[in-house]
Amino acid sequence: MNGSPPRPFPPGDYPAVVVGSGPGALQFSYSLRAAGVQHAVISADEIPGGMFLRWPFFQRLLSWTKPYAPVPHGSSAYERYDWNSLLPEEPELRSLQPPLMDGTSYFPSRPEMEANLQAFARGARIQIRYGCRWTATRREPGPDGDTFVIETTDGEYRTPTAIFAVGVAQPFTPPFPGSELTAHYADTRAAETYAGRRVFIIGKQNSGFELASGLLQWASRIVLASPSPAKLSVATHSLVGVRARYVQPFEDHALGGGVAILDASIRGVERTPGGALLVRTTATVGGAEINIEADDVISATGFVCPLLDLSTLGVATFGPSVLPAQTAFWESATVPGIFFAGTINQGSRGLKKHGLPSNSGAVQGARYNARIMARHIAQTRFGYQPARPAIRPQDLLSFALDELTNGPEVWHQKAYLARVISADPAVGLRDEGIQPLAAMVDGEGPDSILLTLEADGTGLIYPVIYLRRDGRVEEYALEADPLLDFESPLHRRQAAEVLSRLVPEAAL
Amino acid sequence: MATREEIVDALSGMALFADLSTPQLSDIAGRFEETFFPQGATVLRQGLTGSGFYVILEGEAAVVIDGAQRAILGRGEYFGEVSVLLDESPVADIVATRPLRCLVLGGPSLEPFLMAYPRVVYRMLIAQTRRLRTANRWRN
Repeated sequence: MNGSPPRPFPPGDYPAVVVGSGPGALQFSYSLRAAGVQHAVISADEIPGGMFLRWPFFQRLLSWTKPYAPVPHGSSAYERYDWNSLLPEEPELRSLQPPLMDGTSYFPSRPEMEANLQAFARGARIQIRYGCRWTATRREPGPDGDTFVIETTDGEYRTPTAIFAVGVAQPFTPPFPGSELTAHYADTRAAETYAGRRVFIIGKQNSGFELASGLLQWASRIVLASPSPAKLSVATHSLVGVRARYVQPFEDHALGGGVAILDASIRGVERTPGGALLVRTTATVGGAEINIEADDVISATGFVCPLLDLSTLGVATFGPSVLPAQTAFWESATVPGIFFAGTINQGSRGLKKHGLPSNSGAVQGARYNARIMARHIAQTRFGYQPARPAIRPQDLLSFALDELTNGPEVWHQKAYLARVISADPAVGLRDEGIQPLAAMVDGEGPDSILLTLEADGTGLIYPVIYLRRDGRVEEYALEADPLLDFESPLHRRQAAEVLSRLVPEAAL
Repeated sequence: MATREEIVDALSGMALFADLSTPQLSDIAGRFEETFFPQGATVLRQGLTGSGFYVILEGEAAVVIDGAQRAILGRGEYFGEVSVLLDESPVADIVATRPLRCLVLGGPSLEPFLMAYPRVVYRMLIAQTRRLRTANRWRN
């Protein structure tokens, strides 16, 4: 024996098995343990952190944490300003990210994020069997439902409840002639090695513009190309599109600095007799053939979910990221018992009102999903009974306005998560906690009030109250507010008018 | 999952996109998002704001008004455009009656898309005119 502690979770039977050790797995394991459900966690990595152990390439996150905010660190309201800390109950473990930042940016560096996640895993004593790689999966039907057999490099894990938190982290390059001559974003070299070189980037999403931004001072020419026009987050008023941090190549392009941004499809890449690369493209508008010589071609064409063989078990996937289709509670839409945590949660689309996605593809959204899913699994599969605090009817209005103004879940997951208050006449008003809005809108249940915030892509953010009455759902949008103050007298009047339709005592 | 090339192939066989070139279809495959609904899932909700424009790639969906099924939509058919164009809530639920794979365009993106592709507008106009003619026949 060398004195090191034994690795936890040897192969065997477990009530639930979590695969992964990124933020999604850490938050989910923490929350499932808090609900009293024993489970194993296994990971191919050697330390916690997931994709943040390696990316973003230029070592600076896209998600901010504001060290100074109008509300104190550790409060739930502060989570609105801190997109990167996970969500423990222990006060000393809350808001771990801000003190780890060096003050040079409100976007933590990659190492600062890694430190944040490792501090959480250490402080919360999250047990993980590291160095244990998931290699294959089987499904064995039984009288009490399916058992999933997760084959790993350490042996087999058997469980009726499998949770995959493996990220959207497998580099993907679409097939086209000469694609083998390109490097993927994941294989980008050190920036200085592109000094004086002509760089062609395939893809106009954030990863492409991140590379272009970082190579502006090195490359002699940069071309970005894909068939569709790039969107900018500042134009979509959402996280859809290229983030503001990466728009410098746009300005360079607009001012004739040498960056070219093309709407063109890639026909192929070939080696020229002189040793350079020739990228053959066709313009989307007009169909002109545009051939461009480059020294390096980088495919910033995204990542897919490393789902191994789950599709052979019946897990349906969709889209360029090969996301598994999921229910509102992040269970496979086609294979009950298989769940997903972390950024894969993008596969549960919610209502997607006005075309705006949830923030499930980022820590600030997925961390809440994980907490809700843990409670849901504990409740539906392990008999856990969550607290359902009573709300006095005369307190409903203030409760609702406070939630709409300060509730971090509805700020980060607009039109996706909602505070749910049931209004069963037999038991009175009950706080049912935060739930997926789609499940509440589409599902059955007692009369309820659903509180959330929404945005419509015009830049407005406004509260919305849904009333579920007699199986029908009514939607009431309140006014937007330029200072995002939804506890104003106007909002009080509007909310009272809506709430009193279901709870007369909520009238002013 | 369908690759962009597979989506381009699927679009090229649909009347709505019949006038477009391959690079244009590739652009459309990038502007729209693929999504999947299991059987029984609600796609559009009667009375709720913020809907989108959907084109069915495969599967089948029912048009349900006040709980009553009125029509079935299949591959190549589309829905949601009326509520987006009129800036009103959908007047029907759309429910997947078989596993349903769609391309979706968020409501705010429909106008710029149609402005970029007037031949698609023309094809939609033909389809709407057919629907109107059918409705008028029933009325008469």
